[in-house]
Amino acid sequence: MRSGAMAMVSIGLSPAFLQRLAFATGRRPVGPGKVLIVLFQRGAADGLNVVVPHGDPAYYQLRPTIAIPRPSTGVASAVDLDGFFGLHPALSSLKPLYDRGMLAAIHAVGSPSSTRSHFDAQNFMETGIPDDKNTHDGWLNRYLQVAPSKAPFRAVAIAGQTPRAFEGPAPTIAMTNVTDFTVRSSGTDIQRLEALYRTGSADLIHGTGTETFEAMKLLKAASPEKYVPANGASYPAAPFGRALQQIAQLVKANVGLEIAFTDVGGWDTHVNQGSVSGQLAQRLDEFGRGIAALTTDLGDRMADVVIVTMSEFGRMVKENGDAGTDHGHAGVMFAIGGSIRGGKVLGQWPGLAPEQLYEGRDLALTTDFRTVLSEVVRTHLGADRLDAVFPGFPAGAPDLRLVAGADA
Amino acid sequence: MRRVATECGRVVAASCLLALVACSRPSGSPTPVPITTSRELTADQQVRHVLSRLGYGARPGDFARVRALGVDRWIAAQLQPEQIADPDLDSALARFPALAASQAQVMDVAADRGVLDKHLRDRRKLLLTGDSLPGSVIRQMVSADSAAFDSVNRRSQRFLTDLQIAKVTRAVMSERQLLEVMVDFWENHFSVYAAKGPVRYYLLGYDRDVIRPHALGAFRDLLRAVARSPAMLYYLDNWQSGAEPDRPTLAGFLAQRQASMERKPIPPRQFGKAGRGLNENYARELLELHTVGVNGGYTQPDVINVARALTGWSVKEPEAVGQFVFRPDLHDGGAKSMLGLRIDPGRGLDEGDAVLDYLAGHPSTARFIATKLIQRFVSDTAPAALVERAAARFRETGGNIREVVRTIVTSPEFFSRAGYRAKVKSPFELVTTALRALDVSVDSTARVVNAVAQLGQPLFGHLAPDGYPERGEEWINTGSILNRINFGLRVGNAQYPGMHWQTWLTRIGAWQATRSSQVDAILDAVLGGEASWDTREILKRGVNPLGGIAAPAGNRERGGAQPGPASDPPADLAGLIRMVGLALGAPEFQRR
Repeated sequence: MRSGAMAMVSIGLSPAFLQRLAFATGRRPVGPGKVLIVLFQRGAADGLNVVVPHGDPAYYQLRPTIAIPRPSTGVASAVDLDGFFGLHPALSSLKPLYDRGMLAAIHAVGSPSSTRSHFDAQNFMETGIPDDKNTHDGWLNRYLQVAPSKAPFRAVAIAGQTPRAFEGPAPTIAMTNVTDFTVRSSGTDIQRLEALYRTGSADLIHGTGTETFEAMKLLKAASPEKYVPANGASYPAAPFGRALQQIAQLVKANVGLEIAFTDVGGWDTHVNQGSVSGQLAQRLDEFGRGIAALTTDLGDRMADVVIVTMSEFGRMVKENGDAGTDHGHAGVMFAIGGSIRGGKVLGQWPGLAPEQLYEGRDLALTTDFRTVLSEVVRTHLGADRLDAVFPGFPAGAPDLRLVAGADA
Repeated sequence: MRRVATECGRVVAASCLLALVACSRPSGSPTPVPITTSRELTADQQVRHVLSRLGYGARPGDFARVRALGVDRWIAAQLQPEQIADPDLDSALARFPALAASQAQVMDVAADRGVLDKHLRDRRKLLLTGDSLPGSVIRQMVSADSAAFDSVNRRSQRFLTDLQIAKVTRAVMSERQLLEVMVDFWENHFSVYAAKGPVRYYLLGYDRDVIRPHALGAFRDLLRAVARSPAMLYYLDNWQSGAEPDRPTLAGFLAQRQASMERKPIPPRQFGKAGRGLNENYARELLELHTVGVNGGYTQPDVINVARALTGWSVKEPEAVGQFVFRPDLHDGGAKSMLGLRIDPGRGLDEGDAVLDYLAGHPSTARFIATKLIQRFVSDTAPAALVERAAARFRETGGNIREVVRTIVTSPEFFSRAGYRAKVKSPFELVTTALRALDVSVDSTARVVNAVAQLGQPLFGHLAPDGYPERGEEWINTGSILNRINFGLRVGNAQYPGMHWQTWLTRIGAWQATRSSQVDAILDAVLGGEASWDTREILKRGVNPLGGIAAPAGNRERGGAQPGPASDPPADLAGLIRMVGLALGAPEFQRR
């Protein structure tokens, strides 16, 4: 099961210093390097109906109308993973990745903050420092700071605004569409503008301007507008699918992309959440098919890529009177990639009996989301300064052995 | 004369120096006035400097006006905005009747929206689950609802949108330029986030009744007004903050005192409610961001005690009333002490004011506010000697903002060469200075507001309480440069309404016989003449003086016909407008 993924790890690696060298000496495309793709499900996804604990009887007692039926009880039921957990049937597109050992689910995971405010919880998860409102930069930006590089497309968010996770002094790009990364003018005026930034004093503005025009050319050479997904990958025709396709384009264009981020909303299912079909199922269908298309499209490049998904918190175990769920605590994350030790559901299951619930109502947290992210940052991206990326998070936190790496 | 570029595109140091010398005196300007004061800038530079630092850049004619009046007299006048008439702005703002809405009127619309929101949710539920009604009937109901919702939604959104448009309009059109800079400064210093809960409905009052009246007034009054504002109380969660479960409430304390005075049996102590508890958010930001600053010498116990003194400072029915209320049932009735200040138990509302006044008068606050003002007005790194003087002025005037600003903007440091054009424009400054340079009258659409947001500074949209950055590096990266260039080009493509190109080009004297003189006229109007030799050459000759470097392979210059200095035909209207777009996209326009 592991051999396929392990074989892929050996191809096409390029040490980071070679990448930097490529940028220092000209504007040749850089070789393939490690990539982390972070997907944020905004609105608090209901982890219990995403990766279903069908082996826990309390799950069915507390969710009489919205529970996902046990596997093999009909066409529409949980897709079994390990005899205890199963995927929501709308996520069946992710099952092949699980079977190939490229996808791991981490359950009862999340932020230790007790807040049930979307606003605060998303902030805490993106700054990477729960319950600290004084931190303004994001964990991904802090990673960029501890491992500096000049690659212009190193960190790209496909988003209307710079996400909090990207905020900070290290340069990042936020754009809604890769084809937007261009100067909207005629060739002559573009040349004039480039000349304006290449000449004059060598200050911050001129220097960054020069890098901007370099980056534009790099992207143009990759002709993003003519992109055809590989291996017959078909992305959902929705903003999330389009964002993922653009991330794949950037990865394959070898423009130095190391960190990609995008988000997808619609998870705040207070009313009529649905069960095997309905609101949440629709969101999951798009979510799963998008990720599946991305991995298909990236093909062998998945050896260098890790995709991590997260949501600010989970939802109450007991369904509410509107056939929905209210704000809860722990949830579920996925990690997908060639170097992920997948094919299993990781983390410790706290149980759903009344005394096992957080504040008597929510799935308790057994894994801090930073455990997952730290492992990815350390083992996949190779950063050693974890204390700088997640200040205050104990370095000796238990290891999930999520990522296959040098220390494995 | 050609610049030699290194491989990575940077200009070598020697030619940098040349470029600096070349740009320090724009060609064709009169001989500089000899420097007789402690000010390093020439008289003309001083004029440009005050226009770009005490305001949002020069409109056509402003330079001559300020030069004729005298820089010092202009500064003195700007420090007294209440004595400046502003008829053009007044009539422009008359288009936004929502700006005058009382909090009650705003909340009426907000409440309507809340009711409709719930109604719509119920209807959707019906649509999804109901099988008693035929689908067509439900669909009709929902579409009727949607029309009603749209109308209320538009009205409820309008408060924030109008305020955002008004903010741009004021910056662009007001004669009280310094006042607008100060309002922006304080709205950023006391930053709140419009998208958090009902904060959007509180912002009209926040701008109009809290910030504006005190923008050049006493810091203590400003701080007190902010602390009572529903916007800040809600944004930083203080409205929910109450006594801890092991601490007495004020209501209980007062009941006990009353009973003892009337010689009645003393009722049992009342404690804070479990699960509600103390919220330290506002207290912490009050210390860290609003007053003494992160290095102001406070500790975590100080934060807790400040928070206790401010318990019960709440918002009455945030979604329906949205007004300040003091709640004795939430207020901590015990003793508190912080940063050397002791507060006896049971003083109630007065405790918060005592803390605010104490913080407003704290020497660390004087230094912190002085530093931040200097960063806004002088340079990203505040000169230490000026911080000392401005902080001293703060202390000796009891926190008189007008006098602190006067000290800063009349200082030698303010008029130093090191500070000249050293600030990177924020997106708001970029857009407003462009509109002023082009003499654009802002229309009532949100187009310009959206442009500012696209450039990275959504107005009242900064999520964290620290406000938008003062430091230039934080605004400049590859993505932002691209957006800035494209903004300039969009203006140059005549994509903004309210621009009268013919009139403007005539006014700035752009209809010249040669392209060279046209470029000079445009650079004078847009960049105050402060363009590098290279910039002039690139715009004049229509080609890159660096030759092939910028030319993409296989894409030779077309249509330009490479006009040399000998043949220098003038550009037509379209060509002039393009030239303006390039000037707005130039590196020089990114600075103020």
